[in-house]
Amino acid sequence: MDFVLYGLTGFVILGSIAALEMKSLLSAVIAVGVVGLGLSIVFLLLGAPDIAITQVVVEVIVVTVLIRAASRVPAETAPLRTGRTRTLAGAGLALVAVGLLVAAFQTLPAFGTQRFAPALWYLEQATELTGAANVVTAILLDFRAYDTLGEATVILTAVVGALAVLRRPSRRKEKSHV
Amino acid sequence: MTMYVLAAVLFGVGLYGLLVKRHLLKKVLGLLILEHAVNLFLVEVGYVDGGSPPIRLAGETAAAFAGGAVDPLPQALVLTSIVIGLGLAMLMVALSLRIYERYGSLDADRMSELKG
Repeated sequence: MDFVLYGLTGFVILGSIAALEMKSLLSAVIAVGVVGLGLSIVFLLLGAPDIAITQVVVEVIVVTVLIRAASRVPAETAPLRTGRTRTLAGAGLALVAVGLLVAAFQTLPAFGTQRFAPALWYLEQATELTGAANVVTAILLDFRAYDTLGEATVILTAVVGALAVLRRPSRRKEKSHV
Repeated sequence: MTMYVLAAVLFGVGLYGLLVKRHLLKKVLGLLILEHAVNLFLVEVGYVDGGSPPIRLAGETAAAFAGGAVDPLPQALVLTSIVIGLGLAMLMVALSLRIYERYGSLDADRMSELKG
């Protein structure tokens, strides 16, 4: 079980490196799709089927949008390769960040050994209090319903923002300018 | 611990993409990878060895269910985070396309030179 998890996560990391280093933008986008779908299997193995399903759906939408965007811009519009100093500096900074994270993780309880106190309360009480057999949906739609409402608001704002940015100015306005 | 380290490495890869790449869409990809790493880490924190999904089966007692299930709270919040990540990705792609239409380039380094 552990090795399956390590293997899959390693596969996800390789996919993300490929996504960043691919010369073709389209291949890079498809590699990001591999990352998301691999991660959804990891979520499934970590006991999170709800997240796995959501991840698959979201990844499909994101890859579709990104493919559309990647096919709309010519390949040579910006350099996909970067200078040596900048690459080394960036990689060094990223390594420092990873080192700091790993050092911070030492203070956490070891992976898979314990749960926090609220988890037990939710697991024991949620089904009786809300009538939902799935505790994750009980939290999302009952205990933290306002959170979910906020999430819906954020999505709506993002859609409105994207529409406003992509909207073409109307013809009449253009004429009045000229 | 290994799983935490792997999530940290994924975070590092995303950060590298965000810092080094000049192409705006590549930066978007880097940010998406960064998000994935954080979500993965939060789900890992809620995991217990041999844990079952937090979905109660018919006829299962509350005590038996609470003893074996993984932490549902990080899962619920990561679910929100994934969906918000989708909105964020949409907005970033829309802005990148608009920038391309306006400046004819997606090079983040040239963006600071092209004003107005």
